[in-house]
Amino acid sequence: MPLLTLSWLLPLAGAIGLLLVGNADGRRNGAIRWLTLAVSLATLAVTAAVWAGFDPAVAEFQFVERVPWIPAFGIDYSLGVDGISLLLVVLTAFLTPIALLSSWGSIERKVKEFSIFMLALEAAMIGVFVALDLFLFYVFWDAMLVPMYFLIGIWGYDRRIYAAIKFMLYTMAGSVLMLVAILGLAYLHSAATGRYSFDLLALSTLDIAPQTEMWFFLAFTVAFAIKVPLFPFHTWLPDAHVEAPTAGSVILAGVLLKMGTYGLLRFSFPLFPEAAASFAPWLALLAVVGIIYGALVAMVQPDMKKLVAYSSVSHLGFVVLGICAMNAQGVQGAIYLMLAHGVSTGGLFLMVGMLSDRRHTRLIGEYGGLKAVVPRLSAAFLIITLASIGLPMLNGFPGEFLIMLGAFRWDPRFVVAAGLGVILSAVYMLWMVQRVYYGEVRHGENATLPDLHPREWASVLPICAMAVVMGVFPTLFLRPMEASVEALVQQMQATQTLRAMDNPHPPAPRTPTPGNWTAMRPVTRILYSLSRPHSGPSRAERGQKRWLPAKGSGGYQGAVPLGWLIGIGN
Amino acid sequence: MLALVPLFPLLGFVINAALGRRLPKTVSGSVASAVMVASFVVSVMIVLELAAMPADQRAIEQTVYTWIASGDFVLDLTFRVDPLAAVMILVVTGIGALIHIYSTAYMHDESVGEYARYFSYLNLFAAFMLVLVLGANFLVLFVGWEGVGLCSYLLIGFWFRKRSAADAGKKAFVVNRIGDYAFILGMLFLFARFGTLDFRQLASTVAAMPPEEGVFGALSIASLLLFIGATGKSAQIPLYTWLPDAMEGPTPVSALIHAATMVTAGVYMIGRNAVLFSHAPETMMIVAVVGALTAVMAGTIGLVQNDIKRVLAYSTVSQLGLMFLAMGVGAFGAGIFHLYTHAFFKALLFLGSGAVIHALHGEQDIRQMGGLRRYLPITYWTFLIGSLAIAGVPFLSGFFSKDEILYETFHGGHTLLWLIAAVASLLTAVYMFRLVFLTFHGDGPHAVGVTSHDVGATSPRVGATPNDVGATSHGLGAAPHLHDAPPAMALVLIVLAVGSVLAGYVGIPHALGGHNALATWLAPSFVPVGGEIAGEAAAEETALELTLMGVSSLIALAGIALAAFVWLTRRALAAAIALRYPTLYRLLLNKYYVDEIYDAAVVRPIQALSQEGLWRGFDVKVVDGAVNGTGAIVDASATLLRRLQTGSVRAYAGSLFIGVVVILGYYLWR
Repeated sequence: MPLLTLSWLLPLAGAIGLLLVGNADGRRNGAIRWLTLAVSLATLAVTAAVWAGFDPAVAEFQFVERVPWIPAFGIDYSLGVDGISLLLVVLTAFLTPIALLSSWGSIERKVKEFSIFMLALEAAMIGVFVALDLFLFYVFWDAMLVPMYFLIGIWGYDRRIYAAIKFMLYTMAGSVLMLVAILGLAYLHSAATGRYSFDLLALSTLDIAPQTEMWFFLAFTVAFAIKVPLFPFHTWLPDAHVEAPTAGSVILAGVLLKMGTYGLLRFSFPLFPEAAASFAPWLALLAVVGIIYGALVAMVQPDMKKLVAYSSVSHLGFVVLGICAMNAQGVQGAIYLMLAHGVSTGGLFLMVGMLSDRRHTRLIGEYGGLKAVVPRLSAAFLIITLASIGLPMLNGFPGEFLIMLGAFRWDPRFVVAAGLGVILSAVYMLWMVQRVYYGEVRHGENATLPDLHPREWASVLPICAMAVVMGVFPTLFLRPMEASVEALVQQMQATQTLRAMDNPHPPAPRTPTPGNWTAMRPVTRILYSLSRPHSGPSRAERGQKRWLPAKGSGGYQGAVPLGWLIGIGN
Repeated sequence: MLALVPLFPLLGFVINAALGRRLPKTVSGSVASAVMVASFVVSVMIVLELAAMPADQRAIEQTVYTWIASGDFVLDLTFRVDPLAAVMILVVTGIGALIHIYSTAYMHDESVGEYARYFSYLNLFAAFMLVLVLGANFLVLFVGWEGVGLCSYLLIGFWFRKRSAADAGKKAFVVNRIGDYAFILGMLFLFARFGTLDFRQLASTVAAMPPEEGVFGALSIASLLLFIGATGKSAQIPLYTWLPDAMEGPTPVSALIHAATMVTAGVYMIGRNAVLFSHAPETMMIVAVVGALTAVMAGTIGLVQNDIKRVLAYSTVSQLGLMFLAMGVGAFGAGIFHLYTHAFFKALLFLGSGAVIHALHGEQDIRQMGGLRRYLPITYWTFLIGSLAIAGVPFLSGFFSKDEILYETFHGGHTLLWLIAAVASLLTAVYMFRLVFLTFHGDGPHAVGVTSHDVGATSPRVGATPNDVGATSHGLGAAPHLHDAPPAMALVLIVLAVGSVLAGYVGIPHALGGHNALATWLAPSFVPVGGEIAGEAAAEETALELTLMGVSSLIALAGIALAAFVWLTRRALAAAIALRYPTLYRLLLNKYYVDEIYDAAVVRPIQALSQEGLWRGFDVKVVDGAVNGTGAIVDASATLLRRLQTGSVRAYAGSLFIGVVVILGYYLWR
């Protein structure tokens, strides 16, 4: 049975099925909610079956399905999962029912439409993680924006329109670059082999000139960096998170942000290993800045949702740092933290949503003393808080520690700075907990808030249980990803070694250590790579006509090969 | 069997956390105490098993499962007990169990839910501490390390409605995290360098390297980072500020934090890595100096504090300083010895102060006390024993351990450090007996009953005999009724008092004709496996040791005499001195303004930077400004370009002509 097709088609079929249900008067709200939940649970079961059938010893893609889709352009419908994507698919299917439960009571308006968008979103998200064809990937990638746009824009809070448009524009700006790069890759493939291809595996064997590769890498990476979001592309995130309805925030934080880091890991790094090696230190620098910056800004937020949103910037910085380290611990830690962050930050948004459903405010100052009023909610909140600040035996720790370990072996300086995030996360999270839950009840309305009711238990309990299980038995989740990560890391490091052998004058390589894949000092490497474009004749030699190609040269030197864009030249 | 030691308290935690609200108080209290006793019994069995082995092979190991595995980093959740860990598990489970029992009476006024919550935290605390001491590698130790930090957060902030308690809890966690940051870096450094986090493998690898004399190499960096972690957990300069605030928690929690768990972790960690530290003499020097300075600094602050628990808190900081001094001069055995005896008398003193506070219904200010020895005889006598022990009066437990530290320091050639430590000892005797005399002697108590009985503005004077007090309190309901510790508490106090007297006898120095059994027992833990166990102190130094012993005995007695002179006979003198040197007095009373300095130098600038600089400045103005600005530019340029679309054919033709001319002109003149 084509399980992967089923995993994204099932929610889509559910969404289409709901379209046919008449619910103009809202009488069928209950039935629609149950049906939606059932579909999402069935999807969870499908993904669980994929996990159960997944062979952790195999590094290659499994459950591969490949059908020609648009043969003229070499576009295939091809799906598959490996250790990197498997658990992200499961995470998506795990969080969707929880998000649906969270909106059970809070979404009263247009329930049918809401459910349709949620299921469509789930279909697109799973599609993003399982697509092996770049064109198909792009289709899912953009398809995902539409339901999210509407979820924020229709069911969001006061400034939802601004947030929705900002979210859309930011992401589109990145996607467009990526689309150009994808088309360019297909063109290069046709130039090399005579036929177009969008297949990930075919494209990864492509030999791209270093100059070109750099631009491709940047186009992909900017798109993903916006999604992560990497500092300084992060300002859409607080707005989108804050204005989105709870379910939207849970999915945004839990899954959507992971697509950026997933993209880096799946496309940017393996497709363009050399450019990745040159830029890794810079990406890592942005990541580390993001870790500290996100934490500091989170600390001073008066709004709980914004605080959690900025904390995501900080956590995702760790993930990017791990990816940049490109060794077993760094990458496994990064994937692990992606999963853990999905669970714990999803959980935080969930519970902030519960408070805001009760009190209709997200301002920290409006609360205080809730521990006495809602002891169960506050206990659950505390567990997730502790998970989020990386306490051992909860889910945040293994990922964070492995990332720091991996990054330390690569370049300890990044870790020395990133480690400050460990202190700051405790500061901002515990300070929030203190102001919300401790002290005396200062506002009369807070004194009578109800504690968790059964439906809320049903969404909180799986999150807390997962936080503990992932903390105590991380090998359950590390094992399936091990082979794929190992293969990726080896492939990346092999390219580096090859490159070093090709280069007759390598600029003073650092002593190679197991963790060190960018064999030069980061700064040297960057200067080196940036200096190459200008290695032609000097400005003086070229005379006054510096803006036109030198006579006799085939085209622009060291600039974007525009030829393939419009189909001429080469 | 090893895993059972932390598993029992963990079980207690699970029971009380899950079912506590539905259990009667007696059940949740008994369950919590019973699991601790069970854990103690298992510990004793393990230690007996260990003792039956040959000295150089004493270690029992148990791997529970592989916790984290990624590439060449494979980390097992492994427990290992060796002589050092054996001492620690006995202290943690033994003293811990006593504190649990004491708590069943002390916390009796709490509601059912709160009572269960308290005991669940207490059990969890003990469980994590046991994981810490039994961990066979750095990461398992770190699990306990962070775990006790968490539990201290929960317990210090137990009375969460009180703002100061919630603040203190958070402060404890955050300050500890600062240390943890360095600790994590230290671990990463060690793994990146040596490829293992297992203590034994690490010790063997390091032992093969030459000590880093006069250079600050890898071992020095790693050990220094670890030590910074220890300053957080064990409240040393510069990260000690959380501990005095930690008294916001219920008093038995203070006892647990100060005696059995938490603060001893840093000292233990250095002992655990004795080989690493002794290969980094530069770090060792830093450890010793920091320890000595902390001991004196905390002692001076302790002299002027007026809160009974705060005095004890600074005394802990000071005693921990002495332990670090011992570690720093390489006297690992002496440091652990003091840790062990300190556990008895510090638990006793805190629980004794708890009995006082309990009797006075929450009063903690020693200026409001006085004369309590008549009403709280058990508390008084046990407290007195504890004070004598901590002051280092001969033949009580503190005497032996403190003397060993002083001797080792002097013997190692650190005369100046010895002098500082001697001053710290003197201070200890003075502030402890100031506490004893102000609390239990003289007239008073002055504020009894005011806090909980509405008896009006005047403080009632208490009559001459306990019987009178009882009679009046029953008769009028207005006069104070002071009752000594209830049975559960009294029993614990007596047990601890006996311990405070006798605990030192496992380490009688050779100079006094003993065998220093504890040092012999511990010695294998401080060398790599198969390494040569350090020999005993040579006999010719007996004279020196006896002299030093005499000196430190004199110091202790002098301190007590001084305290007696000032606070028993000339109370006005203390006030006069304070008046004479107001700056000094205020400096000490305000704890050298360290909290204020940290606040002004670190906390506020960071907050201001984040608020105004990063968030409202960079995020909102610069980045969002750029994003929204792009939108505005598109908008503006569209408005501008729209003007070109005049619709006039003549204008279009004109611009076409100009364009042709320009392009042709360019190519022609090129």
